[in-house]
Amino acid sequence: MIPELGQLALILALLLAALQCALPIFGAWRDHRPLMATARSLAVGQFVFVALAFGILTYAFLVQDFSVAYVAQNSNLQLPWWYRFPAVWGAHEGSLLLWVLILNVWTLAVAALGGKLPERFHARVLGVLGFVAFGFLLFSLTTSNPFARILPAPADGADLNPVLQDPGLIMHPPVLYMGYVGFSVAFAFAIAALLGGELQSAWVRWSRPWTNVAWGFLSAGIVAGSWWAYSELGWGGWWFWDPVENASFMPWLVGAALIHAQAVTDKRGGLRAWTMLLAIFAFSLSLLGTFLVRSGVLTSVHSFAADPKRGVFILGFLAVVVGGSLLLYALRAPKVAGGKPFALASRETLILIGNLMLTVAAATVLLGTLYPLVGEALNIGRISVGAPYFGFLFMLLMTPLVLALPFAPLSRWGNADLALWKRAGLRIVGLSILSGIIGWVLGARDFLPLLGVTAATYVLSGTAIYAIKRWKEAPRGKRYPLEMFGMLCAHAGVGVFIAGAILTRSLSIEQDVALSPGQTAHVGVYDFKFDGVAETQGPNWLAQQGTVDVSKNGETIVTLYPQKRTYPRGQVQTEASIHPGVFRDLYVSLGDPLGDGDWALRVYDKPFVRWIWAGGLLMMLGGFCAAADKRFRMRREATALEVSGATATTRIEVVEQNA
Amino acid sequence: MNPVRKRRLIVISLIVLAVGIAAALTVFALQQNMTYLYSPSEVEAGHAPMHARFRLGGVVKEGSIHRVPGTLTTDFVVTDRFHDMRVQYTGILPDLFREGQSVITTGLMQNGQFDASEVLAKHDETYMPKEVADAIAKAKAEHRIPAAAQGGGTR
Repeated sequence: MIPELGQLALILALLLAALQCALPIFGAWRDHRPLMATARSLAVGQFVFVALAFGILTYAFLVQDFSVAYVAQNSNLQLPWWYRFPAVWGAHEGSLLLWVLILNVWTLAVAALGGKLPERFHARVLGVLGFVAFGFLLFSLTTSNPFARILPAPADGADLNPVLQDPGLIMHPPVLYMGYVGFSVAFAFAIAALLGGELQSAWVRWSRPWTNVAWGFLSAGIVAGSWWAYSELGWGGWWFWDPVENASFMPWLVGAALIHAQAVTDKRGGLRAWTMLLAIFAFSLSLLGTFLVRSGVLTSVHSFAADPKRGVFILGFLAVVVGGSLLLYALRAPKVAGGKPFALASRETLILIGNLMLTVAAATVLLGTLYPLVGEALNIGRISVGAPYFGFLFMLLMTPLVLALPFAPLSRWGNADLALWKRAGLRIVGLSILSGIIGWVLGARDFLPLLGVTAATYVLSGTAIYAIKRWKEAPRGKRYPLEMFGMLCAHAGVGVFIAGAILTRSLSIEQDVALSPGQTAHVGVYDFKFDGVAETQGPNWLAQQGTVDVSKNGETIVTLYPQKRTYPRGQVQTEASIHPGVFRDLYVSLGDPLGDGDWALRVYDKPFVRWIWAGGLLMMLGGFCAAADKRFRMRREATALEVSGATATTRIEVVEQNA
Repeated sequence: MNPVRKRRLIVISLIVLAVGIAAALTVFALQQNMTYLYSPSEVEAGHAPMHARFRLGGVVKEGSIHRVPGTLTTDFVVTDRFHDMRVQYTGILPDLFREGQSVITTGLMQNGQFDASEVLAKHDETYMPKEVADAIAKAKAEHRIPAAAQGGGTR
């Protein structure tokens, strides 16, 4: 009975979503205030029912109601209770429900915090969000109902895929979805602006904090996924250019471009049309990502048995959203080039370079990801595009961006001070060369690690030079507004990430070895002594657990216990054992038994791998900080403030403008 | 040509140049890193490249997995149920690698056997990569057609 209530709740949510889309937009069109005012209560109502449905599904997992097909497929009696919560989003139907729930959380936030937006605009934004929710609820109910019954109910369920029985499952999907789905807000703002013929750029300022928060969550979600793959899949890699990883990375790239384009539009009034287009693309790529993950058209670690109907539905929805918004864009987009003029050497130019590189990078990733589909459609064979394609083009495209990055904050809007560029540039290059020399002295002889050190120093020193310049020039208390602090954090994150990515790649030592108990493998400066394998037991698994003593020059550092677990249905799952560190991770995972107590082991020394995720988290922090700036606190008269600063003459205002 | 037009011409030719370079690099990178998937039957028929990397997809044949003692080298047979291909791989095999499981291996032909540098088995035991399923279906279809033709010939 209870699951039927969940289904009923979803149906009611669908109806409310339809109303939330239709009434406010119609009301805004006819300037009918009562209709516009329905938006908020409808959003709240929809949230209540979706949350109710989600709660009921969670309850079904907790009490192990195997008459619900989804529960029976993704849980069993032995599943520990703490995995029953995340098991809710462990497979397709539930993760879709999570998608809708998170969309509702964002909608609720917009309804609650957007009270100071112009009434019609607010109504339209909520209407567009209602439309998106309607599409996904319809999708859920028609193709992937989480409450479908299986009768007679099986005595025990199948199992949650062992790969997913990891703390990573608790974090990664909700955070990633917060980011993915969060771009729907920037999208809704853009569409609302287009619907209202809002040719001013005020809407951009209102949408900036939302974009920043969504992008911050997406950064964190990608970091969590990367860390999870590293620790769980047992290959020791942190990024595979897998189609599904690409699916989350493309909106991230476009989102990064969008954040910067929005800053230009907000502060200078320029790039209006471009900003709008990026907002549409960021969300479209999120939808495309959902399509790629959910339809199973691409072979990837995330593709589980798929239902082609689902793919068709999302593709149709994607076509409506992208097609509709691009059509609207073509009809309504600001035709007149607006904004203040800028010289070739200016902050705008540098941001444009960055935007160009990020969007082109997203396009090449898109091409590589979809190429196998194209190959299949054109019948030229079953193609896969290897990781080196992505790595090569990405490095190439990011080079100009990284080179330009430190100079953008140092440049004035409109017209940069060339003498300053020269002075700062000399210092940055000098420091980078110095760091290369230090790396050489410390023993790095190859090109790649030296490149990593110099490139990271280039970004970090450039960011530091700007921070120091602010410290010296700006008056106390106005030195680092949150928006700028966020920028500094995120840019420093880029530097830390570069160091981590390049140094891990070039300095890692990875060995697959066959060891008998008592034997030692030498990996770099470390000795890994294998002490055999013993059996051990967990809540719902049996494991072969190896004991590996790691030492350096005879001194024991740590003992690692890699496992090979066997779950109830006989699925085998490798659990790597990792000794994490700021400067290096030591990583051991078990391969196969080779007989006579011998085992295959995978032994890694991975320097600086944590820096990759630290960089990503700094970027996340940057997004969050920037969003919290009081510049974005909403005032009714926000429109009047638009493109102020134009005639700013006092020093403080010039500095502020420079921010 | 007036200065405005001249400037526009320069800008446009720069854009065209940049797009051209980007397109050329992309095509180059794609060509370098594209690998085709073949079934054992297609390899048998000589469709697969003899000296370049490709992917071999199929099912690990039952009873075909052998380890070379004391090393990490394994050999096994990948089959599409019509033709077999012997595969050799040195390294640690994925968790889901076992008899009867569908796999995709990447590597080169060497002395009539496939020398794999990567073996992928997917994370869901009921899941068969679409590509492998297609390859097997295709092998099935091709197998039937010559069989039918033969039947016609003998009559």
